[in-house]
Order: sequence, then C-alpha cells, then structure tokens
Amino acid sequence: MIRYLHQLGSAPRFYSFSTSLLPWLSAACIVLLLAGLYGGLVMAPTDYQQGDSYRIIYIHVPSAWMSLFIYMVMAAAGVVGLVWHIKLAEIISISSAPIGAAFAFLALVTGSLWGKPMWGAWWVWDARLTSELLLLFLYLGVIALYGAIEDKRNASRAAAILALVGVVNIPIIHYSVEWWNTLHQGPTVTKFDAPSIHVSMLVPLLLMALAFKLYYAIAVLLRARCELLVRERNSAWAAELVTERVKGKS
Amino acid sequence: MNQTSLSNAFYQLFRRDLLLAFRHRAEAANPPLFFVLVITLFALGLGAESQLLKSMAPGVIWVAALLAAVLSLDSIFRSDFEDGSLEQFLITEHPLAILVLSKVAAHWLITGVPLLLVAPLLGVLLGLPSGAMATLMITLALGTPVLSLIGAIAVALTVGLRRGGVILSLLVLPLYVPVLIFATSAVETSTAGIPVVGQLSMLAAFLAGAITLAPPAVAAALRVSMN
Repeated sequence: MIRYLHQLGSAPRFYSFSTSLLPWLSAACIVLLLAGLYGGLVMAPTDYQQGDSYRIIYIHVPSAWMSLFIYMVMAAAGVVGLVWHIKLAEIISISSAPIGAAFAFLALVTGSLWGKPMWGAWWVWDARLTSELLLLFLYLGVIALYGAIEDKRNASRAAAILALVGVVNIPIIHYSVEWWNTLHQGPTVTKFDAPSIHVSMLVPLLLMALAFKLYYAIAVLLRARCELLVRERNSAWAAELVTERVKGKS
Repeated sequence: MNQTSLSNAFYQLFRRDLLLAFRHRAEAANPPLFFVLVITLFALGLGAESQLLKSMAPGVIWVAALLAAVLSLDSIFRSDFEDGSLEQFLITEHPLAILVLSKVAAHWLITGVPLLLVAPLLGVLLGLPSGAMATLMITLALGTPVLSLIGAIAVALTVGLRRGGVILSLLVLPLYVPVLIFATSAVETSTAGIPVVGQLSMLAAFLAGAITLAPPAVAAALRVSMN
C-alpha cells in the first residue's frame, strides 16, 4: 500500500493515473449534481416558514462545508510536503487554495442572498458569516504569500506553514467569533440526535455535498496537473508528453 | 571554539537587540506616536461627541494598538536579514526556537511596552472611565506579546520579500481577531462594572499558547525563507 502510494507520488505516474481517473470523476460528479439539483429544487417540499427561498441551502451549505474541508486538505497535504518533501503533496496543497477560496466566496454570496429575505439585510455581523469571511481572508493570505515568493518550491513550503498556523487558529477564531455574536440558525444536519431537517430535504443536500466533493477532486487534479507540467517542464517525461500531444493533433 | 550555554545565548541576543534599539532611540518612538495619531484621527472623524467616543473607546484603542503592532513587526528580523546575522542564528548549535523567543521578547519590550505606557493617556482622551483603565492596561499587557509572537511567524515568512509590507498585514490581521475580541470585550464589560476574569483568563491562555507554539513555527518559517 505504502509502496503504491509512493509510486503515485512520482510525477509521470500521477499524470497518467489522473488522466484515466478524470472521466470517471466527471461522470459521477454530473450524475450526482443533477440528482441533487432535481431532488433539491423539484422534489423537496416547500419550507413552511421560509417558502421556496430556503432552496439556496443546496448551494450554500455544501459550499461552506467544502471551504472548511478544503482548508483541512490543504493543510494536511502541506504537512506531508513539509515533512517528506513530496513534490506532489506541495502541488496538491497549493492547488487547493484558490478552489477553497472560491467556495468560501460562494458560501458568503449565497448566504448574503439568503440573508436578505430572511434577516432583512445583505450582511449582518453574525458569528458564522464573520468566521467564513475570516476563512476567506486566510485563504487569500495563503494565495498572496505563494504568489509573492519567486522560487515556487520555497513558496509552497511557506504557504504550507501559513496554512498550518491557520489550522491551529481556525477553531480559536471560530469560537471567539461565535462567543462574540450569533444570530445564525443552529446546525440542523450534524446534530447527534435526529437531524432537525426532514429526510426529503436532507437527501438532496447530501447528494449535493458529494457532488461538490467530486467537483473539488476534479478541479484540484486539473490544477495540479497543470502546475506539475509547469514545474517539470525541463524533465524528459513532460517533453515526451507534449510531443505526443503535438503528434496526435497534426 | 568556545561553547556558550543556551541561557547565555538567550541573554546575549536579548541584550544585543535592546542595545541596538537603544542606539536607534528615535525609531522606538514611532509605534506609540502612530498609536496616538490614529486615536486622534478617530476622534476627528467621528466628531467630538463624548458619549459616542466613550462607547467606542475600547474598540478604537485596541484596533489602533493592533495596527501599531503590525507596522512595527517588520523590524523583528529585517536588519538581521540584511546584514546576514540571521543566517548565523540558523547555524548555531542552539535551538532556533529559543533564539527566536529571545528576539521576540526584546521586540515586544521595545515596541509593545511603549504602547502600554501611552494607553492610559488615550483612555483619558476618549473619556474611558477610570475603572476600565486598569483592565485596558491588563489586556494590553497580556495581548501585545501575543501580537508580537503571532506576527513573528508572518514576518519570518515574508522576510525574504522585497515588498512584504502589505502581504504581512494580510497574513497577520485575521489571526489577530481572537485577541481583539476578548480584549475589547473585557474593557467594555469592565466599563459596566462587571467582573472580567473570564476574558482575561482567555487572553492569558492565548499568551501561554502563543509562547509555546509560535517559536517553533517561526523557526520553521525562517528556515524556509532562508533556504
């Protein structure tokens, strides 16, 4: 198993492996996305209080989950890169940052659109919104730091350290902001007793969450492949790959 | 090669930084001056209504302290980076994290403590009740070292960059949020005469956490930056 993972860590192996993986991931993602959207927008009943406007939950909540999940992936891959100097882990880590930032932004925008009819304001300084905003800033910090350092291997190490510092801080930030001010509705899905959301609403939500996860996997693979080619542009396998492509086209 | 003990190295580095700061006395006046100026600008921008100023005082003073701390951060490693002594710290036989702690302590003494000293003056300017003044001092005493310690990580990451200034504040300000929240809440509650032990304990916990966790992170970041 470890040997298998180790081989996967080599650049050409990863490249060909991801080439064969991508179509499957894309197909699964589209199916789940369509099922989740149909279930969420058509099948799920109208909420007795919020009417149809609650349906934005099918974008809002998975985005918010993904923004946190991707930060964890970014930090974990960063640790692997820092400790074992695996080039691929560094690339995965830094390729995750813009995707995570996009999800955080999406969660904020959909939250704002949802907040207008529900709370009567585009933006309130509510705890969860604020910590999501701070999460976005943490992402932007990582991206900015990576962009500012010329040598890309050093840059990804520095970004990984920053992501790690962020991981230690995220719970502290989250709970201090929570303690500071809260208006947001409590968690409705992850309570340990029966979730306070009806099954017909929950199933599409989970489908959407899965679809978002797959979308992230696709996006991170595409970004990582691109970054990998850029970094390995002087190596034999990359040159071979490019000549093959060119031959195939002509 | 004569060996120095770790505690001696810590002390010598600390002394050297204080001495350097003493030779550049004029620079040490800048952070507190900036602190006072920001408060003055707030008063001018918000109007002279004393009730409004009083209610905003804790937040305004703390935000100004935060900004002053961020502006002074860059000097922790800048001159050492430029004259090459930072590389010497990296190759000594002493653990880098301890040396970093010594440098941050000296930096706090030079830039953090002056903020502490001018804070009562600013409290008076904004009409903070005298009961809250002691709390303000305690929160600054507990909070500014945390700012220096967390800031040192970001400085270590950006020290090799020519224009690190804006990035530095982007990296560091989100991490300062918990300190800001608990400190301002402590000052606000003590204005109402309610005990604030809870908030102060949280700040003390942040300080303990930062002293233990930040120096290794700074050391790792320095090794990446000097690579």
